[in-house]
Order: sequence, then structure tokens, then C-alpha cells
Amino acid sequence: MRKFNSASIKRDWKWNWPLYVMMIPAVVFYIMFAYIPMFGNIMAFKEFVPGVGIQGFFIGEWVGLKYFKQFIEGIYFWRLIRNTVLISLYNLIFSFPAPIILAILLSELPFKGYKRVVQTITYLPHFVSTVVICGLIVNFSLSTGLFNDFIELFGGSRVPLLQDPKYFRTIYVASGIWQGIGWGSIIYLSAIAGIDASLYEAAVIDGANKFQQIINITIPSIMSTIIIMFILQIGQMMNVGSEKIMLLYNPSIYETSDVISTYVYRIGLVQMNWSFSAAVDLFNKVINFILLITANDISKRVSEVSLM
Amino acid sequence: MKRPLGENIFITVNTIVLTLLCILCLYPFFYAICVSLSNPQELAKVSGFMYKPAGFSLDAYKAVLTNRQIFTGYRNTLFIVFFGVLIELVITTMTAYVLSRKNVLWRNTLMMFIVLTMYFSGGLIPTYLIVREYGLYDSLWSLILPVAMNAYNMIIVRTYMASIHDSLSESAMIDGAGHFTILWKIFVPLCKPSLAVLVLYSGVGHWNGWFRAFIYLSSSTKYPLQLVLRNLLIQGSTLDMMNSIASGDHEFVLNTLKQASVMVSTLPILCIYPLLQKYFVGGIMIGSIKE
Repeated sequence: MRKFNSASIKRDWKWNWPLYVMMIPAVVFYIMFAYIPMFGNIMAFKEFVPGVGIQGFFIGEWVGLKYFKQFIEGIYFWRLIRNTVLISLYNLIFSFPAPIILAILLSELPFKGYKRVVQTITYLPHFVSTVVICGLIVNFSLSTGLFNDFIELFGGSRVPLLQDPKYFRTIYVASGIWQGIGWGSIIYLSAIAGIDASLYEAAVIDGANKFQQIINITIPSIMSTIIIMFILQIGQMMNVGSEKIMLLYNPSIYETSDVISTYVYRIGLVQMNWSFSAAVDLFNKVINFILLITANDISKRVSEVSLM
Repeated sequence: MKRPLGENIFITVNTIVLTLLCILCLYPFFYAICVSLSNPQELAKVSGFMYKPAGFSLDAYKAVLTNRQIFTGYRNTLFIVFFGVLIELVITTMTAYVLSRKNVLWRNTLMMFIVLTMYFSGGLIPTYLIVREYGLYDSLWSLILPVAMNAYNMIIVRTYMASIHDSLSESAMIDGAGHFTILWKIFVPLCKPSLAVLVLYSGVGHWNGWFRAFIYLSSSTKYPLQLVLRNLLIQGSTLDMMNSIASGDHEFVLNTLKQASVMVSTLPILCIYPLLQKYFVGGIMIGSIKE
């Protein structure tokens, strides 16, 4: 039915020209703010020439993989990879299961009204700005702050937590769980709501207790949702966002807190080493894309669940 | 049917765990309220859990609410939220309508054109340099135009529009209505729930954003609220508010000011949020069907 020949194009235009007019803003937007920057990535292989307009991306000398090499051989390479991967790994181990557990607990709550109250309250941190949350974390982490009040209560001594590299990942990941546990549970709750109630009834007749029901019915039933979310998470593995880290870190804890995205920001927008930072960013994006494709492929073979 | 003992224990433990989680989610904000209402001199003597303000003083709120930078921050944020949401709403509605029509020749091409940008994007640096080239540096429009549309939000609205039965638009066509009339008179009223989701996602995003303002703006009079807050909360800049509070140790006065500004900036969201919760959740559900 959809055929591109001159007659069909003419007929389509006659009826649908207002639709193409409606598309103009979106097309202009995507060209200006998505496709032109996408082609701008070429600067990673060239010497960027500042101060001459858009052509600065294209007129510079071609340097090939110079900046990629410089990054891989640079002194910070392994530290950045380690920090990025470790934070993602901790997210995968601790932050990923948290909303699933919450969703299961919520679905087992027999009081509907109270369930709604718990949902409303646990979704809340998702809507509070990163600046405010990090402001609170910074405040609580001071040696006179709330976290230290508790450390002292349990017999520890006071330390400024965000000045010591060994606490950063814990603070980052734990606060991430706190921010995301409620909001992340929505998708699993809806998957649980779709489970056929007769499965549980049959299990009760067979004498299964709650725990057995969760293990044998709930979790297998929502497994495809879990796998899809897991693939998405793997695809984000090298993509630890800069916004929250930039609000929490300082040079004394770069050792554990500096990740690729924050490094891109610093060498690019602070040191104005344009082409080098564009190369680091592009390197990271390519790895992310490969990870996503690989995870998707493995999942397709193992469980027949996939995104694409 | 009577519940077996094991199940009762499970329900009790479950309820307690979830209640503790709720306390954990709310306590930081409650703590911020307590500090903001405290008298700095009393606050110095308190440590650990706070379940009520130490002493009582509204000085911090007076200082924050009369502060010039917080005021301009609020004004800039309102500007950004208003125009940001309006522009995204208009562009997204039109695009979603086009891409939800089944008889459009170029539909798949246009859809690919948009979906591709979800997988491949210009990095931070090329985007930054190009936004500068457009002359948007140090303009509030740099916080609005580069994010004027979001493919994910568009797909939410498109999915909703595609679920509206064709017979409605067909009968309007027969009556001689054009696409603009059909969109405005039929689709916009019917799609209010998904458009509400769009307004809320976009509005909250603009209200809470700080990073783009941080890299694109240079004059402090243009800073949105979140960037002003960042300078106060993270950088410890006092925004010239210290003089307005008569007495107390510097650290504790600053702390009351910080928490008061946290409340002043977050209260609008805390107040409207429970009322709008059902729309937020609706959005994530429509989006996940698509995935």
C-alpha cells in the first residue's frame, strides 16, 4: 500500500500536506540539535579550530586516532575505567534488585490504602532535584553532620565522609537506591498485576506458603520484564552520569569518584581541550553501544527476550 | 478463610519493613524542615535525630524569601518552565499526531529519523560548541531550545493517539475538516491524559535542571533557582544572607539558611506531587508498553 512513485507521492501530498507542515518544527529541531552535533563528533578525529563558526569542525587537520591513543595511554585511563565500571557494577548488584524486591513486598501487602500511601512516599525522592538531594548528602556527610552523628552513636569516630575516597561509592550507590527504589518499582508492579490470579489459588490448594509462591510464581512471571530492564542497564554500563557526581566530588576524592563523563566535562569545558574530550566521549559511546548489542544478543539466545 | 500463622508473621514483617522504608524516604526532608525552623544557637547543642526544631525561628525563611538571588532564580526558573513546557507541548503534539496517522507516505522514514537520535547522539562537547555557535550562550533559551523535544515523551503521546479509533477522524474528514482542525478539535481534547504526562515530565525536568544552566550561562542574574541553590548548598556561598540573622555561630546560621532554601525550592513540588501522582505513573505505563 505504501509505495513511493510519483502518483502516490502526489496523492499523499494532496491529502496530507498539513501533516508535513506540522513536522517542520520537529525536523528543524532534530537537524539543529541532534544531527549537526552528531556529525560534530567528527572533531574527535580532527584538530578542532575554535572561533571560526561551524566550519571549525571540518577545516582542522585530520589526526586520525591520535586522541583516542592519547586517552588509552594516558595516566587516568585505568582509574576512569575502574571507577566507571565499579559504580555500574555496584548499581547492578545493589540498585537493580532493590525495586524488584519493593514491588514484590508491595504486591503482598493486603491493605490497599496503605499500599498507595507507601507508593506515594517512595516515589517522592525521584521528583526532588539532584541539587537538593546532593545538598542534603553533602550536609549530612560533614564531620558534624547527621551521618556522623549515627557513626558516633554506634561507637565510631567522626570523619568528613566526602573527603575520604573510600566512602564515595557507598554514598553514591546508597543514595541512588534511595532516589530510585520507588519509581523503579512501578514497572515491576504492573508486571505483577498482570499475573493470572488462578496460579496463586492453585498454589494455595497445593499447600504452597507465601515464600514458595513468590519464588515459584511471582518471580518467574515477571522474569521477562526483569531481563529487559537488565539489558537496558547493561547498555548503560559505561554511562555513569556526571550531574550527581559533579555535585558530590572534589579533587581529594577523584581517586574513586572521577568517572568518564566527569572527566569529559573537565578536560573539555574547563581545560578547553576540545578534540581530546570529544574523543573520550565518543570512545565511551561506542563501548556502550557494543555492550547494549551484546547483552541484547545474549539474552535473545538464552531466553528469547530482547529489545530489538 | 483464616490466615495461617506463617502468613500473618509475613504480613506483619512486610508492613514493618515498608513503614521503615517510608520513614527513610521522608526523614531527610523532615530533618531539613526542623533545621530550617531552628534557632541557630539552639541548633549548635543538638546532635543526632531531630524530631522537632531546636528552638523556633523564622529568620532563615525571612532571609531566604527576601534574598535577591533566590528571587531572580525563581523568576528565571518560572520563565524556563513556562516556555520550555509550552514549546515542547506544541512541537510534540503535532509530531505525535503526524506519526500516529496510518496513511502517511513518509511516516516510517520520519519515525526512523527521530528514533535514531535515541541511540546515537552528539556528545557533550560538540553539542556545547554548536549551541554556542547558534548564539545561545548566556541566554535562557539555551536551556529551552536544545531540549525542545524529547523522543521518549513524543512516543508516549503518539502511542496514546494511535489508540484513538480511526472512525472519528474519518468522519471529520468526510465533513470537510482538515488535519489542523482534527488535531485541535478531536485529538487534543481526547489526549489530555497523555498531554498532562508530557507537561509534568517536561515541567519537573525544567524545574530541577541545573547542569545546562551551569555550562551555558555566565551572568549570575540569569541563573535559575537550582543553580543558585547549588552555589549555596554545595559551594557554601552565603548569597549575602548572613547579616540578616542577628546571632549564632556561622556554621549553624548557614545550615538554617541552606535548609530553608531547600524547603522554599522543593515545597512547590512536594505540594503538587501527590495530586499529580496518577498522571506520572500513567506516563511510565504507556511508555513501557511501547518498549
